[in-house]
Amino acid sequence: MVEWSAAERKIVADVWGKMSIDEIGPQALARLLIVYPWTQRYFGSFGNLSSAGSVLGNPKVSEHGKTVLGALEKAVKNLDDIKGLYSKLSKLHCDKLNVDPDNFRLLADCLSIVIATKFGSAFNPEVQATWQKFLCVVVAALSSRYF
Amino acid sequence: MLSKTEKELIVHIWEKMLPVAEDIGSEALLRMFTTFPKTKTYFNHLDISPGSQHLRCHGKKIIQALAEGARNISTLTTTLAHLSRFHAYQLRIHPTNFKLFNHCILVTLACKMGDNFTPVAHAAIDKFLSAFSAVLAEKFR
Repeated sequence: MVEWSAAERKIVADVWGKMSIDEIGPQALARLLIVYPWTQRYFGSFGNLSSAGSVLGNPKVSEHGKTVLGALEKAVKNLDDIKGLYSKLSKLHCDKLNVDPDNFRLLADCLSIVIATKFGSAFNPEVQATWQKFLCVVVAALSSRYF
Repeated sequence: MLSKTEKELIVHIWEKMLPVAEDIGSEALLRMFTTFPKTKTYFNHLDISPGSQHLRCHGKKIIQALAEGARNISTLTTTLAHLSRFHAYQLRIHPTNFKLFNHCILVTLACKMGDNFTPVAHAAIDKFLSAFSAVLAEKFR
């Protein structure tokens, strides 16, 4: 069972509240595909991902980035049962999408970095630590139904 | 594998960070200690509280070493030979910690540079830090 202090709950809610999902989702996914190009293997149907420019301008990347971040909102609103919440999504990523779960951590890292570029010094060490604890729980939940 | 453009970008970014090496280095370390508390186990001999002289001094050393590596990317193994030996035989840090620190350097750069920390810059620096860490861990076994 993951324990969340009142301060941690507030930090996660505040970070989420300040984020523009439509902007940050696409940027996080784009960075994943640019910085860790092997992740492109899961997006064969997305068209041109051959350069940073084409990834950043790709409408399917943008759309999917919004979808992914939209799914994260559920976890933000349900900190106490993230594992239960993502049980089906985990099975989907394992059985249908066949995604190596090590890549979830990479997307989490890219998301933190995009937030850092937007928030600047407001993304201080304490906020970073709490936000990454949250993403760590999300990643573990998404990896939980892999057998 | 770094392209010519990426190498130039890397040198450019580290040159900009050198004058604020103490700030950048100490911030990256503090982020690492806060987000990954287990990394503090390697620093019982230093005062690593926020703003401490030890933290600033140590952070500065690290950034200066990174800048030196950036200026000598094609000869990292020889440039970092002494640091490589030091990390292998004296410090003996578990290799997974390099990734944790590298991530905190990226977050620090992202906070400082904002949108100027573009995806291309992010990729270049990440690749550089991976190569740097690989050389530091080269002599581990």
